[in-house]
Amino acid sequence: MTTTAIKGGRILDQQGERSGDVVVDDLTGLIVQVGPDLKADRVLDAANCLTTPGFVDLHVHLRQPGNEAAETILSGSRAAAKGGFTAVVAMPNTTPCMDDPAVVSQVMDLGEKALCQIKPSAAISLGRHGTELSPMAELVEQGVRMFTDDGTGVQDDLFMRRALEYAAGLEPGDGTSVVLAQHCEVDALSAGGVMHEGEWSSKLGLGGQPAEAEELMVMRDIAMARLTGMRVHFQHLSTAGSVAMVRAAKAGGLPITAEAAPHHFSLTDQSCATYNANFKVHPPLRTSNDVAAIRSGLLDGTIDAIATDHAPHTPDTKELPFDQAPPGMLGLETALAVAIKELGAPLGDIVAMLSWKPAKIAGLDATHGRPVQVGSQANLAVIDPHQAWVVSGAKMASNSSNTPFEGVELKGKVRHTVFNGEVVVENGEPTR
Amino acid sequence: MRSLISIEDLTASQLTEMLDLAANFAEVQQREVPKVPALRGKTVVLAFFEDSTRTRISFDLAARRLSADVVNFSVGQSSATKGESLRDTIETISAMGVDAIVIRHASSGAPQQISQWTDSAVINAGDGWHQHPTQALLDAYTIRERLGTLAGKRIAFCGDVNHSRVARSGIQAFAALGANVVLVAPRTLLPASLEGWPVEVVESLDDVISELDVAYFLRIQKERNGQALFPSLREYRQRFGLTAQRAARLKPDALIMHPGPMNRGVEIDPEVIDDPRAVVLDQVAAGIPVRMAVLFSAIGPGQFDGQDRAA
Repeated sequence: MTTTAIKGGRILDQQGERSGDVVVDDLTGLIVQVGPDLKADRVLDAANCLTTPGFVDLHVHLRQPGNEAAETILSGSRAAAKGGFTAVVAMPNTTPCMDDPAVVSQVMDLGEKALCQIKPSAAISLGRHGTELSPMAELVEQGVRMFTDDGTGVQDDLFMRRALEYAAGLEPGDGTSVVLAQHCEVDALSAGGVMHEGEWSSKLGLGGQPAEAEELMVMRDIAMARLTGMRVHFQHLSTAGSVAMVRAAKAGGLPITAEAAPHHFSLTDQSCATYNANFKVHPPLRTSNDVAAIRSGLLDGTIDAIATDHAPHTPDTKELPFDQAPPGMLGLETALAVAIKELGAPLGDIVAMLSWKPAKIAGLDATHGRPVQVGSQANLAVIDPHQAWVVSGAKMASNSSNTPFEGVELKGKVRHTVFNGEVVVENGEPTR
Repeated sequence: MRSLISIEDLTASQLTEMLDLAANFAEVQQREVPKVPALRGKTVVLAFFEDSTRTRISFDLAARRLSADVVNFSVGQSSATKGESLRDTIETISAMGVDAIVIRHASSGAPQQISQWTDSAVINAGDGWHQHPTQALLDAYTIRERLGTLAGKRIAFCGDVNHSRVARSGIQAFAALGANVVLVAPRTLLPASLEGWPVEVVESLDDVISELDVAYFLRIQKERNGQALFPSLREYRQRFGLTAQRAARLKPDALIMHPGPMNRGVEIDPEVIDDPRAVVLDQVAAGIPVRMAVLFSAIGPGQFDGQDRAA
């Protein structure tokens, strides 16, 4: 048994900010002491830092199985840990697809060695084709709580209704619940699109994806939540119209949650002007008006959580012409700093969006996003909100380097990350 | 200047200088031996990742008339989508020491992308729906030759503006040279946003045909028929085609233009093609001196003074 003291910093959690050292125990994985001037076997310097509950990312692509050159569960978990995340929800668009207990088992097994908790999601439909239900009950039995066909939305209205209704009978009985999460995009309307449809797609001669392709499916799934009474989680909202609809639906009492990605509250479609495919992502970067709406949606609680949609791609694929390159960008290692820079919110609010609010949506709130107090699972991020650093894809822990923030100076860095009592990031570097 | 990727790379005065230089090279073409040694010892690679006949031949002849060594290189679009790396291809070509890469690619932005992987001058011979700057220059050249100037002229692009690199580059060039540009198309064939475009939009060709100095008809790709962009080629011709009746309403000194290849009986009716106001072949001919000017500006030794003098 080794105890570790996080010393010299302050604590920031859902109970507010206060001074205090924190001692964790790697054997039980628990916080064993909180208070002034604590001692332990080893010490992590937390001067100028805040110790917060570890972050939870509802939306990452770990590429394993199938595309290990871009990312593995281990490399992705290193990136997560560097970003202060102690749990991530792995999206099911692997090869083969996570629509089957065997593939989900494989991901869970590989997750045993990871530097954070790997919580697998699973596909709503077999092969994410939107025509046959995945074996949802069996997958829930394995521990899956989020179902999504992420990468595409469920196109067929009746199929979506059936999926929600079937999932209604799958309450796991452990205090968590099952949620269907939607990538909202009407394929017929966005077909041929490779960026946001508007001023820049028109000028650049690239096919556009109108905001309405997302908004039509958000509108439909709000209606589906009303029809079925089931929870719906909206992934990576990107348009002002989507935010407005979700705001109204929540005000109407519907059981809806939503996430937004850092790139959608920081970057606009103008970034695509150089045809650098590192700015290609689905849903696409939108207008400054949309960016402002996503920010205000996060600030007023319409959008519950920041989720990165971390999407690694190898350099050779991102060097294809813009229309042929795959969509997606890295996010785990920059999320905190981008949120600090762009949201102008109190740090406690930002940590809420990164930690306990997504932990609850993912059904991970028994062990993640807990208050920093004795008895809580020791899943912690120690962050220096003022430390300046320059983003470099080459220096990232991810196997890939496709960050849209290359060369940008940001403030706010994770100094240490503790996962189940183990120090997995020390002084900004993964320990294994 | 070195590379030419977009008309926006050129100021209005540089556009005019380029047309003046092209006029000098046009004079060379009248000579008994239509060839100058201006680019002797220079190598130009024509890297065509998309099929083209007239543009490739035009660049090929332009380079040869400047005494450059020319290498033709064609790759079907299929091999690129099979994963053949554009970067590898361009770096390989560059490693052989070439002075200019003339690139045609079906993907918008490809010329801009490859310019980061090569020190050679990059000349855009058409990329996706984005730009075709030498086409815009040869069109401007043709108009200037016939009408003396573009300033104050009313020029209409009629048809599929959205999918047209000819229109995107032509609009910029013509507007920079002082023309008033009109787009004539149904909304389905216009870009989603025209924010910042120096154009006026009309939906009926009949409303403007009698006021035009230049009626520029864009090619309709027949595979677009069936995408609900317009009901049929028949209705397209009725609304946006140059029929004999419409030609009769065109000003006597107006120009009829088309970038080719033409769908006869769709964009322009067969009986109008021989109209003396149609300058489609003049456009083709202008391609050579214009591309000589572009290549010379990119990799030539300096000002061309019309003398037979090697670099």
